[in-house]
Amino acid sequence: MSATTPAPGRRVGGKALRYVLLSLGAVVFLFPFYYMVVGSLRKVTAGDLSAAVPSGLTGANYAAINSTISLGRSLLNSGIMTIGVLICTLVFGVLAGYALAVLKFRGKGAVFGALLLVQMVPFQLLTLPLYVLVVRDYGLGDNYFGMILPFAINSTAVFLFRQFFSQMPQSLFEAARIDGASELRILWKIALPMAKPAILTALLLTFIGPWNEFLWPFLVTKNADMQPLAVSLASFLSNLQGTVANPAGALLAGACVLALPAVVLFLVFQRHFTSTDIDSATKG
Amino acid sequence: MSLTLQSRPAAPSSTEQSPARRNRFRSRVGALFVSPYVLFLLVVFAIPLVYTVWMSFHRFYFTAPGTDVDAPWVGLSNYKDVFTDPVVGQAFLNILIFLVINVPLTVGLSLVLAAALNAKMRGRAFFRAAFYLPYVTASVALVAVWQFLFGQDGFVNHLLGSHAPDPSWLVNTHLAMPMIAVFVTWKQLGFFVMLYLAALQNVGKELYEASAMDGAGKVRQFFSVTVPGVRPATTLVVIYAIITGANMFSEPYLLTGGGGPDHASTSPVLLMYQKGIEQGHPDVAAALGVVLIAFVMVVSLAARKLTERGN
Repeated sequence: MSATTPAPGRRVGGKALRYVLLSLGAVVFLFPFYYMVVGSLRKVTAGDLSAAVPSGLTGANYAAINSTISLGRSLLNSGIMTIGVLICTLVFGVLAGYALAVLKFRGKGAVFGALLLVQMVPFQLLTLPLYVLVVRDYGLGDNYFGMILPFAINSTAVFLFRQFFSQMPQSLFEAARIDGASELRILWKIALPMAKPAILTALLLTFIGPWNEFLWPFLVTKNADMQPLAVSLASFLSNLQGTVANPAGALLAGACVLALPAVVLFLVFQRHFTSTDIDSATKG
Repeated sequence: MSLTLQSRPAAPSSTEQSPARRNRFRSRVGALFVSPYVLFLLVVFAIPLVYTVWMSFHRFYFTAPGTDVDAPWVGLSNYKDVFTDPVVGQAFLNILIFLVINVPLTVGLSLVLAAALNAKMRGRAFFRAAFYLPYVTASVALVAVWQFLFGQDGFVNHLLGSHAPDPSWLVNTHLAMPMIAVFVTWKQLGFFVMLYLAALQNVGKELYEASAMDGAGKVRQFFSVTVPGVRPATTLVVIYAIITGANMFSEPYLLTGGGGPDHASTSPVLLMYQKGIEQGHPDVAAALGVVLIAFVMVVSLAARKLTERGN
């Protein structure tokens, strides 16, 4: 077998195999999404094979799910929770990342160690004591602040900011300091404008967490008017299906609405979900 | 540009020249900047962690905000409840079933897909996006589709006809947990494909050239160059899978209707929810939480030892 120069036939064969493999994968990954969209638009959504073919399309399922769980209100709740998390992560995360990368202070090593550690602690394991504290002790059940609190500052984003700021030329900051600029001003005028790509990546990485989260808002919100879409959709899935004519269609319509924002953001900003970012975000 | 952990925090270059007073001030600014984050870590991680350990040694009741009720010390009584409950054993066994299916599937499939993607080729961006899509999509939305695909009267059973399992996938004692493992593999795979894709960049080209000189074929190269080359990433995949398994709630709760038939797909976190909140025994749930944290640490350490062996 001559290995240094593979026969042309073998190379073409390898390429074909590559495409077959990847295409097969793509079908497995995309088919459920296709099925979700088609199923949400059909008048009768049954599980038989015809359900994969679009026919007799209608928007009735979207109206049905909207009348059962009030889509607008749920979306608003999801939006408030997500935007609250994004704002906190951006404001406090940038400050912490800048301090960890550029400034000296006592306990810096300990804070950075804690940052790496919490990325390994499964949040769900702490859900119960958090529930007791937030809902029972602080009385923050059915409250946006209670919904946001456990996710308020995304440690992965802090890590990303820290990495980014520590790669900037430190002489730039030093020069500004000699000119008498305050640290906040240096951060705002020099560091932040250069950090735009990191900010965008951090926002995108942070977004999918609270938007898709189920367990925490499920515990914290009992009032249907306060529930984000993932929670209201889950309650439809487990006990409201009998209330509409085409329950499977309505459920899939709700699933489409829940999936859409994250999918669109991902597709628009795809190049920001790059492997290096993920790599750096998970190396901790 | 790659942002990696290896880069040490760059020390400000000329602090010696600045007056000591300014240094002290800057040190205060640094502490000030980082304080909201430290407060967050205390409130969301440290205090709940201590609280759950405390709760697990006391008889604890839910009370309305502001009311003071005694929580007497009960020693190991809550732990006794946890260890004598057969459902708890079942839940931990379920995570092991999950890991036995999820880890090899994830490592194998994502490594093969990443190796296939690791070349300049047409449609690369499309494939990457396709694989990553489930990862960014909410579990609740995807569970809805899977319930529909794998339900009694679902698409898959229609395809299989008389070969369909009876009872159907999600309500079958033997299939409920494997279904969850496959669902999670499918949902997370794109993330690990990206991870391996990044790891493949660090495998030296000269290793491939050298092994080709020695007459190694593509398959041989895959096993003797690629697989050992991405071992650190594999360790990460395994640890991530353990954490995911230990964290699982929405899949058993929603996909298999509250933990499957006869607790066949109950997870420890689902059990914590049922014991703590539905049945009102937060103290027993806290003890279960402590056991679970210990379990995660032990299994992660063992996995790390195992995957890094021979390196």
